[in-house]
Amino acid sequence: MTLDAVLVVAAALFAVGVYGALSQQVVVMVMMGLELMNNGVLLAAAAMWWFLAPDPTGQVLLLVVLAAMTVEMAMGFAVATLFHRERGSDMTDMAEDLAG
Amino acid sequence: MSDVGVVEVAAIWAPAAAALLALLAMAAAALDGALAARGSGLPATAGLSAPVNETARLLRQRRRVTVAADSLLWRAGGGGLLVAALLMVVVVPLGRFTLADLPVGVVWFNAMDIVVWAAVWLAGWGPNSAHSLVGGYRFLALALAYELPLMFALTAPAVAAGSLRVGDVAAAQDGGWWYVAQMPVAFLVFCLGVTAFSVWGPFAPPAGTDLAGGVLTELSGVDRLLFLAGRYALLAAGSAFAVPLFLGGGAGPVLPGWLWVLVKTALLLSVFVVVRRRLPALRPDRFAEVGWLVLLPLVLVQVLVVAVIAVGRG
Amino acid sequence: MLADLVFWGLSVVAVVSGASVFRVDSMARATYALAVSFVAVGAALLLMRLDYLGLITVLMMVMEMAVMAVYMVMFMGMNPALMPMSMVHGKRAAVAAAVTVFVVLSGGALLVDWPARRGAPAPDTVAALGEALMGSKMLVMMAISPVMIATMVAGIAVAAPRGRYDRFGDDLRSPAADPQRGGVGR
Repeated sequence: MTLDAVLVVAAALFAVGVYGALSQQVVVMVMMGLELMNNGVLLAAAAMWWFLAPDPTGQVLLLVVLAAMTVEMAMGFAVATLFHRERGSDMTDMAEDLAG
Repeated sequence: MSDVGVVEVAAIWAPAAAALLALLAMAAAALDGALAARGSGLPATAGLSAPVNETARLLRQRRRVTVAADSLLWRAGGGGLLVAALLMVVVVPLGRFTLADLPVGVVWFNAMDIVVWAAVWLAGWGPNSAHSLVGGYRFLALALAYELPLMFALTAPAVAAGSLRVGDVAAAQDGGWWYVAQMPVAFLVFCLGVTAFSVWGPFAPPAGTDLAGGVLTELSGVDRLLFLAGRYALLAAGSAFAVPLFLGGGAGPVLPGWLWVLVKTALLLSVFVVVRRRLPALRPDRFAEVGWLVLLPLVLVQVLVVAVIAVGRG
Repeated sequence: MLADLVFWGLSVVAVVSGASVFRVDSMARATYALAVSFVAVGAALLLMRLDYLGLITVLMMVMEMAVMAVYMVMFMGMNPALMPMSMVHGKRAAVAAAVTVFVVLSGGALLVDWPARRGAPAPDTVAALGEALMGSKMLVMMAISPVMIATMVAGIAVAAPRGRYDRFGDDLRSPAADPQRGGVGR
C-alpha cells in the first residue's frame, strides 16, 4: 500500500465519476457521478495525509472536504426538486435555458 | 479511572458474543410473548415459549416470492438488521473484556444504527409491494426525525468523559454519579432512539397493523425470522450499549463486572419490552416536528450543560 | 502484507461498485452500489488510521444514500422490477474524457517525485484531531458553521413548495393551514 497505489485507485474512482457526470441524462445520476469524484478526492487526500504529512491539520482539511461534499449534495438536490416541480422533468437536456 | 483498562480479546470469542446477544433477544421475545398471552386472557407462562414456537414455525414456512421482486436487495435488507445488531455489540465491553476496543467506539455504534436505515428501507422496497414500500418510507420519515437527537445524545457522555472510547466512558463514571443521573435528557433521548431504530413500540408504524404489517407484509419463512430476530437483537444491543454509556459499565457492589453488565442490560431490555404495549404509536408526519422542534433543542441544551460542566472541571 | 491485501480488495470493490452505478438495472441498485463504494473507501481510510474520518464517511454516506434512493424514486418513478435502463448522451466523449483524466492523474501520481514523510502520526489520532479542531483549527470550524446554516436555509428556501404566506395567509396568522398538521401545532 504505497502512495502511488492509493493515488491510482483514487484516480480510477475520479475517472469513473467524470464519466458519470458527463454522460448521464438524469440530474440525480449526474450527482452520483459527482459523488464518485468526491470519493476519489477523499481517498487521495487521505493518502497524501498518511504518506506525506500525518499531523492533525491534514485531517481538518479532510473534514472540510467532507463538509463541502455535503453542501454540494444538499444544494444539488434542492435545485433538482425545484426543477422537477417547475418543469416536470428530471433530464439535464431540458435545462438548456442559458445555452446559446 | 480504573487501573485495569479494557482488555481486547481475540476474534475467536465473536461467536460467544453472538450467542449472548441471541440469548438476550430470545429472553426479550419470551417476555413479550408472556405479556401478549396475559393480555389475551391466557396465563403468562403460556406465552413464554413464544420465541421457540415462532422460530420453529417460521423455519418450516415457505419463503414467499413476489412478482418482479428485487431479491438481492430484499434479502439484504431482511438480514441487515441482525448484522447491524451483531456489529453493534462488538464494541460493548463485558466487564473488562471487549471484542474491539475502537478509539471511536461511540461513533461505531452510531454508524451501525445508520445501517438499519438502509436495511429497513431495502426490506420495504425489495418485494415490489405497496404496503411494504409505505412501511419503508414511514421508517425513513421517523428516522430523519429521531437520528439527530440520538447523535447528540451519544455525544453528551463522550464530552463528559473526554473520549470516544466506550471503555473510557464507562471508566469515567467511577466514583461519581452515573451519567443517567447527570444527563437524564440524553439518556431518555437515547432510549427513544433505541426503540426507534428497532421499529418497536411507539415507533412501530413501519411494521404497523394498519399497513397489513408494513415492512413485514411480504416477509415469510426464514426472512421473516431474520427480520423479527433482528428487531429483538437491536433492542438488546441498544440496551447493552446504554450500560457503559449511561449506567456505569460493570460497576456495582457484589457481583463481578461482566455479570453487572448483563443484569443492567436485562433490566433496561425488560423496560423496553414492557413499554411496547403502554405507549401509543407515533405518526411519522407528526413526529417530524416533535423531533426537530422539541427533542433537538432539548438535547442541544443538554450537551451545552455537559460541556460547560466539563470545561469548569478542567 | 495483510494490510496490502485488504487494501487491494477494498479498492477493487470501490471501483467496481462505482462503475456498476451506471450499469445496473434499477435505481435502488445504483444508489446502493454507490453506498458500497463509499463504505469501501471508508474502510480504506480506517486502514490508514483515520479512524474518526473513516467511520464518519461510512455513516454520512449510508445515510445520504438512503435519502437519495427516495429522491430517485420520486423523480424517476420506477418500481422495484429490474429493467434495463441506460439514459446517456455523448457517451463516447464521456468515455474519452474519463480515460484521459485517468491517464493524466495516474501518470502524474506515478511520475511525480513525492517527498519523504514529514513527522509521524500521533499515537492517538482521534485525540490529536479533537485537540486540533477545538484548539488551533477552531476558526476553520467556525467558518464552516455559517456555510452549513446557509446551505440548510438555502436548500429549504429553494425546495419548499409553500412559503410563509402560502401557509399562514397574508397576515401571517398562526396556526398554519397545512394539508397535514404537524405534531407540535405550529
